[in-house]
Amino acid sequence: MTSPTSSPSPAPILELRDVKTHFPISSGFLFKRHVGTVKAVDGVTLSVARGEVLGLVGESGCGKSTLARTILQLVPTTGGTVILSGQNLTTSNTSDILAARRDLQMVFQDPYASLNPRMTVFDTLAEPLLVHGVCRPADINARVAALMRTVGLAPRFMQKYPHEFSGGQRQRIAIARALALEPKVIIADEPVSALDVSIQAQILNLLAQLVRKMNLSLVFIAHDLSVVKHISDRIAVMYLGKIVELGRAADVIERPRHPYTRALVSAIPTPDPDVERTRQRIVLPGDPPSPINPPSGCAFHPRCPYAHEICKSSVPPLAPFEAGRDVACLRTEEISAL
Amino acid sequence: MPLLSVTDLRTYFHTRSGVYRAVDGVSFSLERGETLGIVGESGSGKSVTCYSIMGLIPTPPGRIESGTAIFDGVDLLHCTPTQSRAIRGKRVAMIFQDPMTSLNPYMRISDQLIEPLLIHENLSKSAARQRALAALESVGINDPDKRINLYPHEFSGGMRQRVMIAMALITKPELLIADEPTTALDVTVQAQILELIKKMQRELGMAVIFITHDLGVVSGLCDRVQVMYAGRIVESADTRTLFHSPRHPYTRALQRSIPSLQPKGTELYTISGMPPDLSKPLPGCGFSARCEHATATCTATTPALANLSPTHAQACLRVQAGELL
Ligand SMILES: Nc1ncnc2c1ncn2[C@@H]1O[C@H](COP(=O)(O)OP(=O)(O)OP(=O)(O)O)[C@@H](O)[C@H]1O
Ligand SMILES: Nc1ncnc2c1ncn2[C@@H]1O[C@H](COP(=O)(O)OP(=O)(O)O)[C@@H](O)[C@H]1O
Ligand code: SF4
Ligand code: SF4
Ligand SMILES: [Mg+2]
Ligand SMILES: [Mg+2]
Repeated sequence: MTSPTSSPSPAPILELRDVKTHFPISSGFLFKRHVGTVKAVDGVTLSVARGEVLGLVGESGCGKSTLARTILQLVPTTGGTVILSGQNLTTSNTSDILAARRDLQMVFQDPYASLNPRMTVFDTLAEPLLVHGVCRPADINARVAALMRTVGLAPRFMQKYPHEFSGGQRQRIAIARALALEPKVIIADEPVSALDVSIQAQILNLLAQLVRKMNLSLVFIAHDLSVVKHISDRIAVMYLGKIVELGRAADVIERPRHPYTRALVSAIPTPDPDVERTRQRIVLPGDPPSPINPPSGCAFHPRCPYAHEICKSSVPPLAPFEAGRDVACLRTEEISAL
Repeated sequence: MPLLSVTDLRTYFHTRSGVYRAVDGVSFSLERGETLGIVGESGSGKSVTCYSIMGLIPTPPGRIESGTAIFDGVDLLHCTPTQSRAIRGKRVAMIFQDPMTSLNPYMRISDQLIEPLLIHENLSKSAARQRALAALESVGINDPDKRINLYPHEFSGGMRQRVMIAMALITKPELLIADEPTTALDVTVQAQILELIKKMQRELGMAVIFITHDLGVVSGLCDRVQVMYAGRIVESADTRTLFHSPRHPYTRALQRSIPSLQPKGTELYTISGMPPDLSKPLPGCGFSARCEHATATCTATTPALANLSPTHAQACLRVQAGELL
């Protein structure tokens, strides 16, 4: 395998090497038969540097959340390695993984579902502190108050329950909980997708500010490219379990190289009527295919406007195309010359 | 004469925790063939406005407190059931964010498409089936004669949305109300559906009310846009004017908080606070608690939409007084 060039210097805090997460699918009511495999994540190699924000984009079902759960070792890894601060999580035992989770936290799309409705903000934030014994019981109150201030919540709301907060405030609580153990890496899976524009902007600012202040690394998953572009240093584009393009955020969005990224970028509606009325949109035919029976060769070939015969049989590797850009397409050179 | 003219619509929800003034004095009109975008944050009253027009408000707790909605001479808010049946679902159709709102999970697509034709158009079964096949074909469903016999769950999300559009358009309505029909879809599928709505609109010459919270979607699709906040329209203009010279502080703030319009690495512009609780009294301008230009007048006087030009109206008191540029 060619090693991608756009890995950031210095030594990465999080590294994925050829990671695969496959799920067996069975059918039948009484006698379960193994009928196939969902290759939700299928050979992902990526690294994240200290203080870096890596954006991960792709259509629904392409494997973004599964990749997030794989990094946290919440699902069994089928192959490859996940390395956090030099520790190989895929070969670690349960107690080592639990210890590693202090450094690796997750924020979800729906804070309402991820927060316990019967726990006050205080209980929610105090729990990880007590479980991991990171501060003395006498200091808990002060720590919780400090955490709340960090995410822009007034400590006087400490005894309130999740349903008493708005969606944006609940997301702040979820972020505070993720920060409680001072992790090195946060994986945020669609953290602003359920929020209105004005609230979304507040949460994006908060995340960007935390990354800067605490030198956090952030894997930011979203389907809204303009949001991802704003917050990320680099962007990885995923299609059917594989990374198809990786590069600096602005470059990937402004000069996409992979035909799928081109279509994805062209599909974003821009809030400028003059641009919208004059531009040519690439409308992809068909639906995103199912990862149960992925197309042969380049999985994008049935929808790709540039597909040739060879694309049906050869799987394109993610390979360096130009400085700071990796692309998984057999025809990148020709297409870029068009 | 406009195709639809809504005047002083008020729809309140009387619940145990109070009276929610979801729509509180909304007036607008729509010409034949025109596309009107309604934008606003969640809870601003976009859906309730359209549900009121379609007669879909659950009563109780909902109640239409005042207003008229004149469609081709008939007031939809005060018409007889016979008048309603002749218009709603036939001359005015609606599509939703979740296609399962209008699709019956236990019925084959064929029966669901054919039913309105049998009710509204007195077609024979075989003629109705032909129309249904043509409708599926026109929304880009391949192999319609096979797929027409499937159940909704056998389609993907994007395809279900197409089927719902086919169903809404099968009676060739003069007005289509679309309530966030692409919000739950991937951008690539959203692009397909938006193209489809534009194509069907060209072919049928129908007017469209397109509800969304995404200003980007509105900019390419709509002739005119109106912005809602806390149950009221705060600004209404032709699309170019709304995007290039918005005047109401809320519209401006909303536009400024879109990430794609801001350079990378900068702090995003944010509107502080949250939308108001609609069950509490809201004296004056609904945006005053979050507005950086608010003064004492703003909570004393309730603003009304006033024209800045024949195609541009807005409801900020201070803009109207000439105090804000
Ligand atoms: N536990 C599981 N068993 C079987 N299949 C699974 C499981 N979890 C996920 N999948 C499948 O793996 C694929 C990737 O799912 P995943 O949730 O990672 O997508 P995603 O990119 O996060 O999508 P979305 O944008 O909708 O959140 C999908 O086809 C999904 O149905
Ligand atoms: N059935 C209902 N019962 C009580 N309140 C409702 C009901 N439906 C809508 N509302 C309230 O009406 C307001 C406007 O809602 P809606 O029109 O759905 O907003 P949106 O602009 O997001 O479409 C909200 O505050 C909502 O909570
Ligand atoms: S490899 Fe072929 S099918 Fe795949 S993206 Fe490139 S041109 Fe398209
Ligand atoms: S009326 Fe006052 S509070 Fe309302 S938008 Fe204008 S300046 Fe702001
Ligand atoms: Mg997901
Ligand atoms: Mg709505």
